[in-house]
Amino acid sequence: MARSNYHYAGYDRSGPRYWAKKLGIYALVIAGALWLVAPFWWTITGALSENPGAGLVVFFPAEPTLENFETLVNEVPIGRWFLNAFILAGTVTLFNVTFDTLAGYAFAKLEFFARDKIFLAFIGTMMIPGMVTLIPVYILLSELGWINTYRGLIVPFIASPFGIFLLRQHFLSLPTSLGEAARLDGCNKLQVFYHIYLPLAKPAVATLGIFTFMFSWNDFEWPLIIATSESMYTLPVALFAVQGRYTQDWGLVMATAAVMVLPIIVVFLLAQRHFIRGMTLSGMKG
Amino acid sequence: MGHVELAELTKVFDNDGNELVAVNDLNIEIEDGEFLVLVGPSGCGKSTTLRCVAGLERTTRGEIWIGDEEVSDKKPKNRDIAMVFQNYALYPHMSARENMAFGLKISTDLSPDEISTRVDNTAEMMGIQDLLEKKPGELSGGQQQRVALGRAIVRDPEVFLMDEPLSNLDAKLRSSMRTELQDLQQELGVTTVYVTHDQVEAMTMGDRIAILNHGELCQVGTPLECYHHPDNRFVASFIGSPSMNFFDAEIQYSDVRTEILTDSFEYTLSESTVDRLTDRVTNAVLGIRPEDIRLASDDVSGIQATVTVTEPIGERTYVYLEIGDLSCTASMPGNLTFKPGEEIEIDIPEERIHLFDQETDEAVLNRVEPDDQAEAYSKVA
Repeated sequence: MARSNYHYAGYDRSGPRYWAKKLGIYALVIAGALWLVAPFWWTITGALSENPGAGLVVFFPAEPTLENFETLVNEVPIGRWFLNAFILAGTVTLFNVTFDTLAGYAFAKLEFFARDKIFLAFIGTMMIPGMVTLIPVYILLSELGWINTYRGLIVPFIASPFGIFLLRQHFLSLPTSLGEAARLDGCNKLQVFYHIYLPLAKPAVATLGIFTFMFSWNDFEWPLIIATSESMYTLPVALFAVQGRYTQDWGLVMATAAVMVLPIIVVFLLAQRHFIRGMTLSGMKG
Repeated sequence: MGHVELAELTKVFDNDGNELVAVNDLNIEIEDGEFLVLVGPSGCGKSTTLRCVAGLERTTRGEIWIGDEEVSDKKPKNRDIAMVFQNYALYPHMSARENMAFGLKISTDLSPDEISTRVDNTAEMMGIQDLLEKKPGELSGGQQQRVALGRAIVRDPEVFLMDEPLSNLDAKLRSSMRTELQDLQQELGVTTVYVTHDQVEAMTMGDRIAILNHGELCQVGTPLECYHHPDNRFVASFIGSPSMNFFDAEIQYSDVRTEILTDSFEYTLSESTVDRLTDRVTNAVLGIRPEDIRLASDDVSGIQATVTVTEPIGERTYVYLEIGDLSCTASMPGNLTFKPGEEIEIDIPEERIHLFDQETDEAVLNRVEPDDQAEAYSKVA
């Protein structure tokens, strides 16, 4: 039998000290878990309550009702908002995965003029706060007539320095000799990428995909500025809108929030393995 | 035809304005079917040379001929070569079969059936049929090595390039793979350029060896040529283990007798030996191989030496000696025992000495080859 890490002299797996320690650790973990889950729970219970108050946290609604969801479906274009958010997040993710992997590969494995300097310039843009470019980009898009269009929502985000950085680092960690062997086997540069490096970068690509989807799904600021008509709203903007219009109807706000958070939970559950791996990969916190 | 010729091959790396000459004006001709070993210390340019032949590096100057074609501007895939990498470079996401088939799939128009047949045949030859469906991660180092070789062989190239392919194996496996590789190369008759830093590998595997240092070719020849007749001091020190002993010396010529003076001992050269000198240098380096140092017989007065350390390895014992301020290594028969601190008298046989010019490091005198080459050879291995 394989020796476990705990089978060594001096490590007791019983006795009051051991149990006290175990109990302490578990109590802490459970408290932490509850702390994180509570807001979600409140969102759901709030959405299911008839008329929840803002300051009043209801953990178990007295009479669960679907009234808020009915209002959502019947009185506001939630379907359209959901679709908009989905189109935005889906397209942005698709473009990012395509462009960032290709750029990351080029910066890591291909040799070209001023490669590292160009990469530094890319990374440098990460230091510029989004607020600084907000207005110039808005003016640019307005000149192009892209305000209140999907193009305007999507195009500014089709590639990201962070994604390029993430993928570049991952490609750097793969041996160069693999690409060289493939070149000797007859591949051109694109074939080397497609047949060798891309399959090996799956975890990083998955991470990038999940992060990008989450960020653009939750993005509030840009859709708020670009989407001027209600039909172009995405869910985060809609969340704001329903709150404003139906003054303090917390039940409706909670129902919208519940609809909004649902896909993220699904994505997370589906890709949990990649997600956790990606956290360690990118050194990011959730 | 797998004839390879490197003509004035030069590779300069430009590191932000700092020029580094990795390979300098290299001329080597490799016959069809020959096993040539490029050997030298790390950083001597041997791998760079191989990568230039492979097309993974662009040459700065010079020509590379494979068969009747000048290939230095050709892409690697058009050079009809296959390479085995030090870390094997097997594609981790493909099975051994897919690894071997990949090159054929990409670069030939063979049908999947034909590719499969060729892979099976090669796998049978390499004894890896059972491993074909496994991924590289599931294979041991030795098995990966076989798959990597199989991947090169299945392509049926004109030339094999091997970049230290055995250096990641443990010692025992390495020596058995060494033999196997030689067998395989002889069987296939494919021209092979093999890079290693291990002089034992070079000596035992190569039809000829090319010794490189600082990007320059020091000598090309059969292993025994390089061993017995090193062209210069570097080759003399690099080939052979333990390494040759060197003593800085001054040679005083006179009609009566010619003497070699080192800091700690003197040595008289006979006229016949003086006649064999290619150049009458005065500042020389005296070289003697450890196995050529003997214990002085009783009737001849030898050179006084003190034993510092002994290393018995069974058949032979390496004895580290101090002669005055100089130190040297002797390889003595294993049945003799020495104690540290012991005073002994050694004899340096005149017919076995090498002399090198101190300024140019070129050899001016090489030892007379022993009658029984095999015996000398066994000492090296």
